Amino acid sequence: MSQTMPSTMYDKIWANHIVEIFEDGASLIYIDRHLVHEVTSPQAFDGLRAAGRTVHRIDSIIAVPDHNVPTKDRDQPNPDPMSTAQLSALETNAREFDLDYITMDDVRQGIVHVVGPEQGFTQPGVTLVCGDSHTSTHGAFGALAFGIGTSEVEHVLATQTLQLSKSRNMRVTVTGVLPAGCSAKDVALAIIGAIGTAGGTGYVIEYAGPVIEALSVEGRMTLCNMSIEAGARAGLVAPDDKTCAYLKGRPYAPTDAQWDDAVAFWKSLASDKNAVFDKEITLDGNDIVPLVTWGTSPEDVVPVTGFVPELASFEDRDKQQAVQKALDYMGLEEGQAITDVPVDRVFIGSCTNSRIEDMREAASVLKGRRVADTVIEAMVVPGSGLVKLQAEDEGLDKIFLDAGFQWREPGCSMCLAMNPDKAGAGEHVASTSNRNFVGRQGPGARTHLVSPAMAAAAAVAGHFVDVRDF
Amino acid sequence: MKKFETVASIATPFPRANTDTDIIIPARHLKSIKRTGFGEHAFETVRFDADGERIKGNVFDSEKYKGAQILIAGDNFGCGSSREHAPWAIAELGFRCIIAPSFADIFAGNCVKNGILTVALLQEQVDALVLAAEAGHEIRIDLGEQTVACQNAHYDFPYNPAHKKMLLDGLDEVGQTLQAITAIRSYEDKQKLKTPWLFKA
Repeated sequence: MSQTMPSTMYDKIWANHIVEIFEDGASLIYIDRHLVHEVTSPQAFDGLRAAGRTVHRIDSIIAVPDHNVPTKDRDQPNPDPMSTAQLSALETNAREFDLDYITMDDVRQGIVHVVGPEQGFTQPGVTLVCGDSHTSTHGAFGALAFGIGTSEVEHVLATQTLQLSKSRNMRVTVTGVLPAGCSAKDVALAIIGAIGTAGGTGYVIEYAGPVIEALSVEGRMTLCNMSIEAGARAGLVAPDDKTCAYLKGRPYAPTDAQWDDAVAFWKSLASDKNAVFDKEITLDGNDIVPLVTWGTSPEDVVPVTGFVPELASFEDRDKQQAVQKALDYMGLEEGQAITDVPVDRVFIGSCTNSRIEDMREAASVLKGRRVADTVIEAMVVPGSGLVKLQAEDEGLDKIFLDAGFQWREPGCSMCLAMNPDKAGAGEHVASTSNRNFVGRQGPGARTHLVSPAMAAAAAVAGHFVDVRDF
Repeated sequence: MKKFETVASIATPFPRANTDTDIIIPARHLKSIKRTGFGEHAFETVRFDADGERIKGNVFDSEKYKGAQILIAGDNFGCGSSREHAPWAIAELGFRCIIAPSFADIFAGNCVKNGILTVALLQEQVDALVLAAEAGHEIRIDLGEQTVACQNAHYDFPYNPAHKKMLLDGLDEVGQTLQAITAIRSYEDKQKLKTPWLFKA
C-alpha cells in the first residue's frame, strides 16, 4: 500500500477497519472489542433472540454489571427490583451466549471503563464500543473507542460491525508542564472550558504535547473519558512506552512472540509527522489551575480562586437566561467566590476518577485529616475490585476511613444515581464524576465537578478550597 | 424480520393530529429490560381512564377492529420523543402499516427498522379511508406497486427506495449488514494474520 498522504492516528485506525465502503460514502467498520453492561444490553439480546440470530464473536466481548449495582450490603437483597431485573438479565444473556462474564462478587468486577483496560482487553489500534457514552475513555491507549445505542449494540453483537460515517480530525495540544496541585481532571475541564461542550462535535480529538506525554496512562483515561463532554465522538492518545508497560502481563494482552509484533504495530499508529488536522487547538499547560464547575454544564468551569460569573459577562441574552437558570438551580449568586460554596456531600469515584492513581491522589490530601462535621456524607467508590484490593494493600482504605469517608464496593454509583447512592435536593456535591447535569446525582442535587485531590480538600474544609494551599 | 409485500385487512381509525410518541407509549413504561411488552401500555391514555379502567368503545380494544393490521392516523403522527419503544408498542398491537397525511421523521425511520410501513397520503384520501375503516371495509396495501386500494378507490404513495428494499426483503439493518457476511469473514481472515493477538484460538 502506498503511503503518500500523511495520516492521523484516527485515519490509520479507521482505514484498518473498513470492511466495505457504501455508495453514499459511509463505511462498514469492523469492531474488535465490545464491553457489555446491564442497562443498555437487555433489549439488544432480546432482539437477537427474536430474530433467531447469535453473537458473531464471543471472544470480542466482556460483560460486567456496573451501572446500578449496590456499593454496600451486597450480601443483602437488592432494594431495587428494576436493578435486580437488569442484573439478572445480564447474567442470563451472558450465560446463554457463553460470554466472558464477570459476576458482581468477582474481584475483577467494576466499571466497564476501568475493567476493560485493567484486563488488557483495551489495546492500541482496536475499535472498541460499549452502550455507554464514556467509552471514549479507552482512547487513552490509542484505541478508537466510542459509545453506541441499544440498536447498535445488537448490530455489533450480530455482525461485529457498524455502518458509520467518518468524523473529522482535531488535535488538542497541551504545552508546558502541569503545575503542582493539578491533575488530568483539571486538564480535561480546562479543555472543555476553552472549546465548550460542542467544541468537539463531529470530531475525534487527538490529545498531544508535553503535558499529555507526561500524564500516566490513568491520567490519559481521565482526559479521554471527558472527550464526550466536549462533544467529540472519541479521544485518542498515541501509544508509547507507558502504554506498553501498562498492558504487559494483563490477562488479554498479547504474550510471547506476539508481544513484540504487537508493540511494533502499536508504535506504528501514531499520527504521521506532517498529518493535517481539520482543527487545531493549543493550550498552555503552565496556565492550568485547579478547576471547579459552578453550573449545570461541564463547560461551566472557573479556577478555584475565581468567582461565579456575572450575568453581564455574557453578551448573548439567551445565554444570560440560561446562566440565570443554572444559578437558580445551583443556588448560587453571580460574583460569589467559589471557595464560599459549602460542600454537603463528597463523591470520589466514576469512570472518570476511580483508578488507583485517583485513590492515591485523594488519600495524600486526606492523610491525618478529617472530613468537616458539616459534610453529610463522603464516599469513595473504587472503579473495580482490583483497584479496591490494590488500595487496601497500600493502606489507602485506612486513610479514607480514618478521615471519615465511606469505603464502598465498585460501581458507577453516585455518578448517575441509578443505584441507592444519591444526593439530596439542594445539596452541593464535590464530585469527581463527569456530568453536572440537572438531577444527574439525584433530583435537585447540585453537582460540582472537581479532581480527586480537590474533592478530598473540599471534604476536609467543608467548602471548596484550593488544594495547593494544603 | 417478516417480508412486507401486501397487507389486506380491516383498519383501525385513529385520525388525531399531532399524536406524539408519549401518547403512543408513556415515558413511565420505558424502564423495561425487554423490547417487548410495550403493547399493553400502547395508547394508554386513550384506552384507560385515570383509575386504570378500560375506556369503553376505544378503537384499540374494540371488537369491531380486532385483527386490524392497518392504522389510519392523523397528520404529523409520531412527533415528539425519538423513543424506539413507540414502533415496538405499535407492532405489538398487530399493526404492520400506518396510513397518515404525514409522519414525524425520526418516528418514520424507527418504523422501518422495525418492519412497519408508513404510507403518506393526501388529507382527503386519508379522510376517505377513515370512513371506509369505520364501515369495516378491507383496505389493501401493495408495497411493490406502492398503491393503496379500498373498494373502488386506488391511491399511489411515494416511498424511499432503500427502505422499500429493506421491507420487501424483510431485512432490518442487521439483516442488511449480514448480507455482507462474506466480506466480514474475509476481513477477519486478513486480520487474524495481521493482529493475531486480537483473536482467541
